[in-house]
Amino acid sequence: MGSNPVTWLGSPVFPKAAKAALADTQLRRNLRKATHTIRDKRTRVVSELPDWEELRRAGEAIKDDVLSNLDTYLERIEAAVTARGGVVHWARDAREANEIVLRLAREAGTDEVVKVKSMATAEIGLNEALEAGGIRAIETDLAELIVQLGHDRPSHILVPAIHRNRSEIKEIFQREMAEKPVSDEPRELAEAARRHLRRKFLSAKVAVSGANFGVADTGSIVVVESEGNGRMCLTLPEVLITVMGIEKLVPTWQDLEVFLQLLPRSSTAERMNPYTSVWTGVTPGDGPQQFHLVLLDNGRTDALADRVGRQALRCIRCSACLNVCPVYERTGGQAYGSVYPGPIGAILSPQLVNDMHDKQAASLPYASSLCGACYEVCPVRINIPEVLVHLRAEAVEAKGRTPESVGMAALGWLFADARRYENAQKVGSLARHLAPSGRISSLPWPGSKWTSTRDVPTPPAESFRTWWRRNRG
Amino acid sequence: MPAPRVGLFATCLTDTFYPSTARAVVRLLERLGCDVDFPMDQTCCGQMHYNTGYREEARSLAAKYAKVFDGYDAIVAPSGSCGGMVREIHPELHGTSDAFARTYELSEFIVDVLGVTDVGAYFPHRVTYHPTCHSLRMLGVGDKPLALLRAVRGLDLAELPAADTCCGFGGTFAVKNADTSTAMLGDKMRNVLNTGAEVLCAGDNSCLMHIGGGLSRLRTGVRTVHLAEILASTEEEPWAATP
Ligand code: SF4
Repeated sequence: MGSNPVTWLGSPVFPKAAKAALADTQLRRNLRKATHTIRDKRTRVVSELPDWEELRRAGEAIKDDVLSNLDTYLERIEAAVTARGGVVHWARDAREANEIVLRLAREAGTDEVVKVKSMATAEIGLNEALEAGGIRAIETDLAELIVQLGHDRPSHILVPAIHRNRSEIKEIFQREMAEKPVSDEPRELAEAARRHLRRKFLSAKVAVSGANFGVADTGSIVVVESEGNGRMCLTLPEVLITVMGIEKLVPTWQDLEVFLQLLPRSSTAERMNPYTSVWTGVTPGDGPQQFHLVLLDNGRTDALADRVGRQALRCIRCSACLNVCPVYERTGGQAYGSVYPGPIGAILSPQLVNDMHDKQAASLPYASSLCGACYEVCPVRINIPEVLVHLRAEAVEAKGRTPESVGMAALGWLFADARRYENAQKVGSLARHLAPSGRISSLPWPGSKWTSTRDVPTPPAESFRTWWRRNRG
Repeated sequence: MPAPRVGLFATCLTDTFYPSTARAVVRLLERLGCDVDFPMDQTCCGQMHYNTGYREEARSLAAKYAKVFDGYDAIVAPSGSCGGMVREIHPELHGTSDAFARTYELSEFIVDVLGVTDVGAYFPHRVTYHPTCHSLRMLGVGDKPLALLRAVRGLDLAELPAADTCCGFGGTFAVKNADTSTAMLGDKMRNVLNTGAEVLCAGDNSCLMHIGGGLSRLRTGVRTVHLAEILASTEEEPWAATP
């Protein structure tokens, strides 16, 4: 884990990591099946709503308002949480956030915390930081637990173990659990996880969660989930610590309504998610008696300063963009080498890392064919292709002079003048004498990257413009 | 009504590698009563520069485009990708211009502007159609190309499974992420072959160069033909593979 755990230290650049992932046929089969099932279901439940486009625009507008008045809303939520008996902490980066959580857990006198599935805590590498401080973090979300027990890395925002099939999961459980599952039936696997986790829920003194939304007006925190395990964490322990990215705010309860429609349909393709937990400060004698809210920046303020890039902060982590992405479908999430994979990872991770000299981070904006499927499904209308291209320009600038930039400049020079361009066409067309078959099957580098799997047509004897000049000019 | 003065934006790829497509556009639009011109100063829309992160080169090509195509009633490109670049991205680079707003992809121009779906074509082959990403999502041409193909006499249209999934071309993506691009191409080719079509049609020669390059490498015998060439083909002047 690097100094900034958003990207995994030592991860290769995307094309290299992708090549390894592509060779794993089991992985490709697992991913294909999982993404296609959820993709089709999403299309069905979204098309049920006649006002889906208006909902998307409403979601976009609410989030844009939050982002442009973030300071006001943050002060508002701080005041509201404090007034309801909670404590607000501010964390500039991963290190500060981890220190706060570690200190609070120690003060509670525990060596074990239960966790509600959360991207924010994954982003800061909280589990590893707690472990280094002598405190065990137990993931209670089924897929997150599979990753944790498998000593693996997550590969999806919503289903971190999407790259595993059930027989692989059975093997992990049999290896790691005291009471082992006997078959790979989904019911049996879920039951094994339940047995495993029940003891933890009853004994844990401290729970750590993320937040899907924080309501600025009332200081309420919202977590939506499918399994109900999160709700156990949110009600049983004495101390509840929530780590929330500063962009997760919505102004009012009324605004929540929009997102509680957008999120489940986009993420799990359900009309409504089975569990929605909301808590506001503490209630004496009921539920956690201490509530801490850690407001996490970790690069978000920098992203906010970028006029084009900031729209990534509208993201509600639904993962719809991952499920439709043809690149993600082939490579899986681990190839992105970061906590946030897929299209959103390709634009968010480099912004949080905020250093285009980092080769791995700079390779992420290129991990897309710009097909636009992600933009089409994004419930808050993040124009992901636009941000990708914007970040590519930053990557190009950071790299300075390269063979590519020289080539691009030369092409630009050629295209600047039509005569020059036509002369180049004529020179190029001589290449057909080298390949009279009409196809070229092997070119020197960098053309070899094309011809390793694809033929190239030979340039014709006469370009269109020459024909036009001869016949019509 | 006087014949509309149409500027043909051939695109650099078609001009250089697929002149037969541009000639088909001329033949087709003239048959439909347009007055077609090819301004010789045109070169490239700058999409490759823009998408790879070279904004300045793209900016000057957008400026050049606005100048070259000033004054036409409409500008028609046989490419959803370059058409999308001009209409959606050029204004952001160079400010709004009539030339950008009046640029159409071929099927849009025929269906929306000329109001025609039957262009009097004849093409007696089994054809499947791949809607390219930018024509589909950037320009939103919808099923206009399919409506045009359905009206072609003799044409047997086969539905392409997972048609709207990217073929893996993506400009420089095809070389920067060659392995992923090839994996995407593999699935696209499998779907094409499953249709039993002899011809794969699309409105973008860039995607056709990629898919066709793969089909040719595997010696599948499936040909790639641009939409314009199918629509230009008639009984009197049938489509011929050689330029
Ligand atoms: S970018 Fe959009 S589609 Fe992707 S996870 Fe975020 S909200 Fe969902």
